[in-house]
Amino acid sequence: MSRETETLRHLKAGLWNENPGLVQLLGLCPLLAVTTTFVNGLGLGLATMFVLTCSNALVSATRRFIYSEIRIPMYVLIIASLVTCIELIFEAWFPALDRSLGIFIALIVTNCAIVARAELFASRNRLVPSVVDGVAMGAGFALLLCAIGAFRELVGQGSIFARMDMLFGGEPMRGLALSDRGFLLAILPPGAFFSLALAVAAKNALDRRRKRALGLLAARQLG
Amino acid sequence: MSDGPKDDTRKTEGSPTAWSSGAVLAVVAAICTALVAVTHRLTAPRIAENEKAHLEQSLRPALANVFYDNDLSESTLVLPPPHGLPGNEAAIVYRLFSEKQPAAAVFVVSARDGYAGPIRLLVAVEYSGKLTGVQVLEHNETPGLGDMIEASRSDWLKQFENASLEEPPRDRWAIRRDGGAFDQLTGASITPRAVVRAVKETLLYFEANRDEVFAARQEPGTEQEQGREQQHEQ
Repeated sequence: MSRETETLRHLKAGLWNENPGLVQLLGLCPLLAVTTTFVNGLGLGLATMFVLTCSNALVSATRRFIYSEIRIPMYVLIIASLVTCIELIFEAWFPALDRSLGIFIALIVTNCAIVARAELFASRNRLVPSVVDGVAMGAGFALLLCAIGAFRELVGQGSIFARMDMLFGGEPMRGLALSDRGFLLAILPPGAFFSLALAVAAKNALDRRRKRALGLLAARQLG
Repeated sequence: MSDGPKDDTRKTEGSPTAWSSGAVLAVVAAICTALVAVTHRLTAPRIAENEKAHLEQSLRPALANVFYDNDLSESTLVLPPPHGLPGNEAAIVYRLFSEKQPAAAVFVVSARDGYAGPIRLLVAVEYSGKLTGVQVLEHNETPGLGDMIEASRSDWLKQFENASLEEPPRDRWAIRRDGGAFDQLTGASITPRAVVRAVKETLLYFEANRDEVFAARQEPGTEQEQGREQQHEQ
């Protein structure tokens, strides 16, 4: 397989086929807790993506020196330092978002998607594929966070893209307000579970539909 | 799980000695610590600046017409419980001076008897004992009912502006349902009752301890020193 198609395959796996949130159902704690608005989802998604990419890169680069007996403490060291760094960076450059996400930035360290990629992929693959895998898996997770955040914000508050200034600076933004009232349940914890269930169901339905279409196509070609 | 072509170069052959494992771990730990230290060095000034700005910004709405010229972060008083103010947590007092004369004090206290856990309040009082504003910092009240106390959701907090223990008189410091002078909220009386009570207790504390509050010499960096001095006196 040429490098290009391999990269493409990694990207597809991260974004869709093996999406850490939708398929592997990893890292659900932050996914369910912070996705009350789009900007929260985007912020935590980007932070997770950064940590995942860097940890994949570091684990892959040092895999020759890592004895398998001590690999778990090594992953913990690497991931914990990266998370501490990103927490400091958020505090320094995105203080509003940092306050809004609160403890969940520090809790990226407990996101099992990250240690899973270190163990399953980065420790067995060369640097470049590992970085691609980190970006792909991170992007898949971030997109899911954004989608669920946007959905819950839209249903729960009747607005979308509110407070984007927390990430990009400038005056407080109200976003696109479609309605003054929302369906409160979407913002409360049960809404998080319902939204995730809807997302997983939608993905499975799309997959099944595609499979059926492919099957029909194959059958027609045969017949 | 399929994970592409395996290039399994992870070290597995032979079991490492405790020393070599320890050495590898120590090196990685040192590198990681260096990474965190450098990031901390680069971000620390910005973080301190942000905290200062955030403090000023969060106090501003409660201090509409108060003029002060001191640095808020250097006139902070942290009162550990029991302190006589509402709340079981430490209370924080920011003291505002204008040309060295006490101008106002901002108390961060907790209303204990909210509907769902403590309600963290910011109560700003002029030296004369007149409120300049009350803000809700943190709460877990029911969304849609109790959270109407938030300034962004209703004007309920506005009724505290310019109130004092004389206006309304102190025995009318309660919500209307309890025969007081303060509006309640539709569908929620526990939350407003808790807030009114906490604000009243803060005003009573301020009335009794006003001069001690402004005279107290305690700054964040010197807390320990002061503790030591007290020990010497004993």
